[in-house]
Order: sequence, then structure tokens, then C-alpha cells
Amino acid sequence: MTPFEFVRPKTVAEAIAAAAAPGAAFLAGGTNLLDLMKGDVARPSRVVDITKLPGLAAIETLADGGLRIGALVRNADLAHDAAFAATYPAIAEALLSGASPQLRNAATVGGNLMQRTRCGYFYDPASACNKREPGAGCAAIGGETRLFAVLGWSEHCIATNPSDFCVPLAAFDAVVEIAGPAGPREIPLEAFHLLPGDTPARETALAPGELIVAVRLPAEAAAFAPHARYIKLRERTSYAFAVVSAAAGLRLEDGHITAARLALGGVALKPWRVRDAEAALRGKPPGREAFRAAADIALAGAKPSGDNGFKIELARRVAARALALAAAGTPTRLPALPASPFAPTPGALHV
Amino acid sequence: MRQSNFARYVFANTEFRMSLSLSLNVNGVAHDMALDDPRVTLLDLLRERLDLTGTKKGCDRGQCGACTVIVDGRRINACLALAASCDGAEILTIEGLAQGDVLHKVQAAFIAHDGFQCGFCTPGQIMSAIGLLNEGQTGDDPERVREGMSGNLCRCGAYDGITAAVLDALRETQANTRPEAA
Repeated sequence: MTPFEFVRPKTVAEAIAAAAAPGAAFLAGGTNLLDLMKGDVARPSRVVDITKLPGLAAIETLADGGLRIGALVRNADLAHDAAFAATYPAIAEALLSGASPQLRNAATVGGNLMQRTRCGYFYDPASACNKREPGAGCAAIGGETRLFAVLGWSEHCIATNPSDFCVPLAAFDAVVEIAGPAGPREIPLEAFHLLPGDTPARETALAPGELIVAVRLPAEAAAFAPHARYIKLRERTSYAFAVVSAAAGLRLEDGHITAARLALGGVALKPWRVRDAEAALRGKPPGREAFRAAADIALAGAKPSGDNGFKIELARRVAARALALAAAGTPTRLPALPASPFAPTPGALHV
Repeated sequence: MRQSNFARYVFANTEFRMSLSLSLNVNGVAHDMALDDPRVTLLDLLRERLDLTGTKKGCDRGQCGACTVIVDGRRINACLALAASCDGAEILTIEGLAQGDVLHKVQAAFIAHDGFQCGFCTPGQIMSAIGLLNEGQTGDDPERVREGMSGNLCRCGAYDGITAAVLDALRETQANTRPEAA
């Protein structure tokens, strides 16, 4: 780790002032930042420890029926909050499919949104990376590209966003509350992560010194609770990032879909909400045909960024499967097991 | 905002050169320490400064779980926590489990079920299992136990014994907390 100045502010205002300096980074759970610092990928000159800031660790029901989740709420605490899991089951399922129990105990809501890509070339300071060093080039292109993006990538960066949590957050219209030097503001989660374009070093909509203080979920999202799933396909049973994932929610009435939500993970540098696929589902009877058609629409613009064309068909199938499982109904117990070849549990889900 | 309004600690290679004070309770013992470098992780603090070497450094990147300790009642990877961030915390390590010669029930279960071979990952496995017991999410379903222990790798492959040991400790906990089963 490069030496840094350690700052422990007592209020959000102090934290913002301390982090406005160039080279400053906020530290919360530390599960991603410290890892990056140990690998010499992140070299903050100042670390602003926000873990003890007051007022950022509450889960509150709002007057309009929505939910406000403080930025310092730990992933495990949120996922195991009974009211939250009952109201937003696909989000709880996504949280519990991520990382390990130890990491979920430390990692925070705000930190999850700030999670950097897991691109191996980004993690290797000896490789060219336009994120680490603008203009350096992208060693991933033409490299080992199996798990890279198939949507929204550019010739400057083909990395993916690794978050599970953000996928259903995008699907269910989460809003990010931000405090900063220019005052408070909020933006939809869908607009929080930026596609690489020709500036892959710019990863989020945050300005220097800006701090995520909360994530808000609208009351309308709760209407999907009976039919909401997060399906994650990974290369081992547990403790792995998604190859492809999908968050799906359906509202069903009289044998027809009245509203749908669908977002994909592991396919792009941001959680990939597919509104045109959602629109195509409206009014249709739930079933294989409608789900496959929606999945085709969702991946219509996809193209391989290397040896990863398989991810396009895989993403279609995972999207269709997430919709089918959502239609079948949210399981009473979450998470549904990720399952393993040794699972003795009948009906355990192999996804 | 004047910077003097908040605690500001500046370390080596700067003109300020202050040290950061840190209060920790480790295994019931209070420690007031001065940290001369903010880069020290909780893991390195335990091993190098408090000589509590039971907590192991495997990958040092949050991937293997060998450094698992309980901080304020929750299992975490000590390698991914800055010691400076743990000011005021209560920490339980493998050294704090046994009461004299009497082993903690999870330790005893690991011996009874051969839940290890070389032993390097064992302190982390045991602390993780204690965290899992506290969390109470698995019931006695072996598949959920395996999922709940997936943050701890064992290169010897003692997973069968580890799962059996954790299930045993879980059953004992349930028996002790259900009056009708007493």
C-alpha cells in the first residue's frame, strides 16, 4: 500500500470537505478499496474513514411507502431485515448471492455501488488500462475475454460491473441520494454508473467530494414482491461473481402481465435495465414464448467484445429463466439455495 | 470547513508525523495503542503487535477466510479491515475461545469430526462457524451450512469434516436453547 493520510471526520459535512482534495477516497467496509490498495491499483493519498459517521446506517420506511436505506447499512443486515426481504425479495436474493458471509458483514450499501470492475487487466498494474491510466490502451481487448462485456462496451474498455445488488436496484427504480460540496442531490441508480465510451476512467456520476448517503426504493416496487427473482449464473456454486445474472419482477392479473421489470448483470459496465423488453411483456400471458421474446429484445443490441459470444445466448436464457421463475412465484425462503452437485435438497435450484 | 475541526492523522513522510491512538478490546482484554502507520490492517495488528498469531494470513485479499475474526459480534476478514477503522471495537479471536483447558463447543466439534488436516485454515474456519451460529440463518441444513461456510477455503479438502462439525455445534446450540429438548 502506498502511504496515505488517514482522516476520521465526525460529520457528513466534514467528510465531504476532507474528500474534496485530489487523491482522496472514502473508506467504508473496505472490502474492495483495501484489496485495490494492496494490489497497488488504488493509491489514494488520503483515506477518509466514514464508518463512524452518524445517521447513515438506518433502514427507514418513508411516508409515501418507499424505503430509505442508509449508505452504511451492511449488506448482510439489509438482506436479513425481515421487512425488507419480504418487500423487495429479489434485492435480498441478489445481496445474499454476492461474495461471502464475512464480506457481506463488512460491505456497505454505498460501497457496493462504488465497487470497481473485477477485470483482471484493471487489477494488474503491469497491464495497459484506460481506467487506471487514461490513454494507456486496453490490454483486455484481444486478451482473455471470456467474461467481458457484450453490451455497452467501447474500443477503450470492455469491462463489466461486478455488482449483484445493483441489478435489481436498477430494475426496481432505486434512487441514489448524494451529499456533496454543491449540496444534496439525487439521481436514478440507472444513471449512476457510466458506460465506458472514450472516458472509461470516469466510472460514476459522482463529482469529487460527493458522498452517497442513501439508496431509496419507491413504494411501487413493492407491488412486484410476489413475483420477483434474482438469478445468478456463476462458475462455481458459491462465492463467485456472475457470469451473467438477471433480476426480474412481474405483476400478474387475470392470467396476463400488467407490468414487468427486467435488468441484466455481468453483461456491461453498468446494471443493464431493458425497458423495451419490459414493455413487450405488458399485456402478454406469462409463458415461455413471451419470456423468450422479451429476452431476445433485451439482447438485441449485444455483440461480443472477444471470445465471449456465448454470453449473449446465455444472457437470453438467464433472462427468460428469471422471468419464468418470477412468474412461478417468489419462494417463501430466501435465498433459494444456489445449490451444488452435493445438494440433497429436493428441487434445489441449479442456476 | 476548517481542517482542525476534525481528527486528522498524518503519518510518515510528512511534517506532522503524529500517531493515531486506538482502543480495542481483544478477547476481553483492553488495549490502548498508538499506531504509527494507518496502513496496518486488523490482521497485522493482531499478529504482529499483539502476538496473537492464531489468526492466519492466507491470501491477505479477502478470498480465503483464514483471517476470520469476530468484530462486534460479526465475522469479518481481518485482512480487509484497517486497524484504525476498528477503534472502540470488541474483537474475538481463536485465542479467546477456550476457558482454560475446556474447549469451545465448535473447537471440540472440529476435533470430534476431523474438521482439518494441516490446520492452517482451522482458526478461520472455527471463527467463521461461530459467526454462522450467531447469525442463525442455516438451520441444520447441510447445504445451507456449506453455503454459509463458503468464505473459508481449505486446501486439504476437509470440507466433509468441517460441515459435520458445524452441524454438530448447531445441533448442540439448538438443544441448549430449546427448553423442551433439555
